[in-house]
Formats: sequence, C-alpha cells, structure tokens
Amino acid sequence: MNITVTLNGTVRTAEVRPDTTLFDFLREQGCYSVKCGCETSNCGLCTVHLDGHPVLSCSVLAVRADGHTIDTLEGLQEEAAAFGACLADEGAEQCGFCSPGLILSVLAMARELQNPTDDEIRHYLAGNLCRCTGYQGQLRAIRRYLTERKEASRA
Amino acid sequence: MFTAERYVRPATLQEALELNRKRSSTILGGGCWLRLGRKRIGTLIDLSGLGLDQIEERDGWVRIGAMVSLRQLETSALLKERFGSLFADMTGHIVGVQFRECATFGGSVWGRFGFSDILTGLLALDCEVELAEAGRIPLRDFAARKADRDILAAVWVQLDGRKAVYHTVRNAGTDFPVLACAVSCGEGETAYRLSIGARPMKAVSLEVTPDTLETALDAVSFGTNLRAGAAYRRHLASVLANRGIRELEGEQA
Repeated sequence: MNITVTLNGTVRTAEVRPDTTLFDFLREQGCYSVKCGCETSNCGLCTVHLDGHPVLSCSVLAVRADGHTIDTLEGLQEEAAAFGACLADEGAEQCGFCSPGLILSVLAMARELQNPTDDEIRHYLAGNLCRCTGYQGQLRAIRRYLTERKEASRA
Repeated sequence: MFTAERYVRPATLQEALELNRKRSSTILGGGCWLRLGRKRIGTLIDLSGLGLDQIEERDGWVRIGAMVSLRQLETSALLKERFGSLFADMTGHIVGVQFRECATFGGSVWGRFGFSDILTGLLALDCEVELAEAGRIPLRDFAARKADRDILAAVWVQLDGRKAVYHTVRNAGTDFPVLACAVSCGEGETAYRLSIGARPMKAVSLEVTPDTLETALDAVSFGTNLRAGAAYRRHLASVLANRGIRELEGEQA
C-alpha cells in the first residue's frame, strides 16, 4: 500500500507492506542516522520524531505514519550540531552509536520541558541506553546545551 | 516480528468487530508487545481512526479511550486534577518516554499481563471497561476473563472520591516491576483496597484494614521468577501496602 509522509520537510510517497516498520521505511529512504539497537523497544536508539513527539521507529508501523510528519537527525542538523558540540565539550560520548537517538530525545525534551531539573532530565531520558559513558557526561552536556539555548533565546 | 497480509483502518467500532471475528485477524493498538512475537496475521485492524485517543470527563466518570498512549496518561492534566500523581506514578517507569508515546492504554489493559502497572493501578479504583460487543462490565470481572474476539473501546473510572497511591519495586528503573502495589481508600471508609501485581502473576485486589493486612497477604499467592523469589515478593507486599496505607492516612489527617 502507498503512504505519503513529510520526511524532514519533504513530501514523499512510497509503497510499504502492512508489516513494514517505520525504522525499515526510514532506512530505505536513506535516513541512515536511524539505527536499530535492541529490537525489543528498550534502547531508544531508533528514536525519531513523529509529529514532533519522540517515538521508537522500531515499534511503529510505517502505515501508521501515513499523512504525518517525521523528523530524523538528517532533518534537524542545526539543532543537533549545537547539542553535538556540547557532547564533545563534555566528553560525553565514546562509540557514538547511541548518539542519534539521544540527540532526538534531548531535542524533544528541550521543546517539551521548561527548565527541567536533573531528575526530570534523567526521567525523560531513561529510555535512551548508553553502554559507554555512565551518563554523567551526557547530563553535563544536556545542562550546558539547555543553558546555551536559553541564553541564545534571550539574546 | 509479526507478519501481516492486509491492513485495515476501520471507520467504526462495529466494522472493527466484524473484521476481528476471523481468527487470523489481530487488533493493532500500539504494537509494542505485538512486535515482539512472530504471529502470522491475516488482517491487521488499526483502531487509530476511531477517536479512541481521548481522556474526557462525563457524568461523574473519566472515560479513557483504548488508544490513549501511556504518555498521555502520564501527562494528562485532567487525570492529574482528579487523581493526583497516581497515573504518572503508574506509567512513569515503563521503559522510556518514546516507548510510552507508542504503547497504548488499551493494549496494556487488554493484555491483562501479570507485570502490568496499569491493571494493578486501575484495580484499586472503581472502574468499568467498555467492550464493543459486551458493553460495560466491571474491570474486576474483565480481568478474570480470558481474551476473546471482543474489542476494548475504553475504561471508565468513577469519580467517587476514592484516593489511591501506587508503589513498585524494580531491580532497574525501567524494568518490569518485582512487585507492584496500589492502595486506595473510599471517602469515609476505614478499610483499604489493595491491588497487588507482578506477583509475577496477574494483579489481584483485596479489602484489608491495618489489623487484617498480614493475614490477608498470607492468603495471596506469590511466585518466583528471575526477578525475585516468592518469599521476597511476600515481604515486599507488606512493605508497599503499609507504605501506601500510611500515605493515605496522612492525606486523611
């Protein structure tokens, strides 16, 4: 069946099977930032935005995205670069495999929560697993990113 | 991962019910649990076009549609106003935000899973389920029934002044609970309603007072799995129940 989605700002129509996951569809569309880690809906690696909400693309069917807007890291380069710089400054990534999912979750959180506490940040990002960093560097990077974002919006 | 030959998004609940009479058909809620299996599905029936994603107050009840996401439950202003942090406490530890954006309330209730935070919490309230064919029946009766070809449309939670709190113990923050316990108390009542889930069997509910609590818990069966042993679960049931009772006593004081 055919679906039409707005993917990273561009309208695309494609044929998909009823059981094609959004993850497989996005990879077929060339969005290689979207990665599959666990296939059990636990790791957060495949996170994308569906109508602005973070979802697990491994758990959503492509047919469910018909008529909706999808954003991946490829479409959010400017915001992603700003947070990516904070990750680098704080030494907050090692292998980097989880970064696309983490970045998408952090961008969603920054839009949804005003001035989150450390506990609220940890709670929001509990679905993004990282096997390398122990999360402390990520937390520092997120705090730095939120502060810089706030200062930039005041300027 | 499952396979599916056809995909249908019905326009009415009745149409969905007719399609679901075939054994090869399957209802698509959030799909999070379904995707973990290898089911071969003939017709996948998507309920997302039926307007079942609303939480609304009607005639002394709150109606929660089956397609409401767990994230909606967690963040709903109406549920927070009516039940405090109960629904956020029931959902906040379930995997992560992006999972809760996908998983549906109906999927969790319909599954009647032993580990279900949602079923455990709801059993402490006065609830009815709305089924496409059978109509409205008490949640407690629904929980005891085996799955059939009916379709869950919504759960109705009565606004009768019953206060409830929810606690779990987990080995890791986003894991299934080792034990889940909801405690509630109706207005002017001296007895408490306990709902104990993740025993690891399906949640059960019972009426207790502080004096009868331990005897009542002795009559509840607890099991052993990789997360914990039966004796530890029995111990936790007492700890969490007492914690909940103290909290509710504090609210009443």
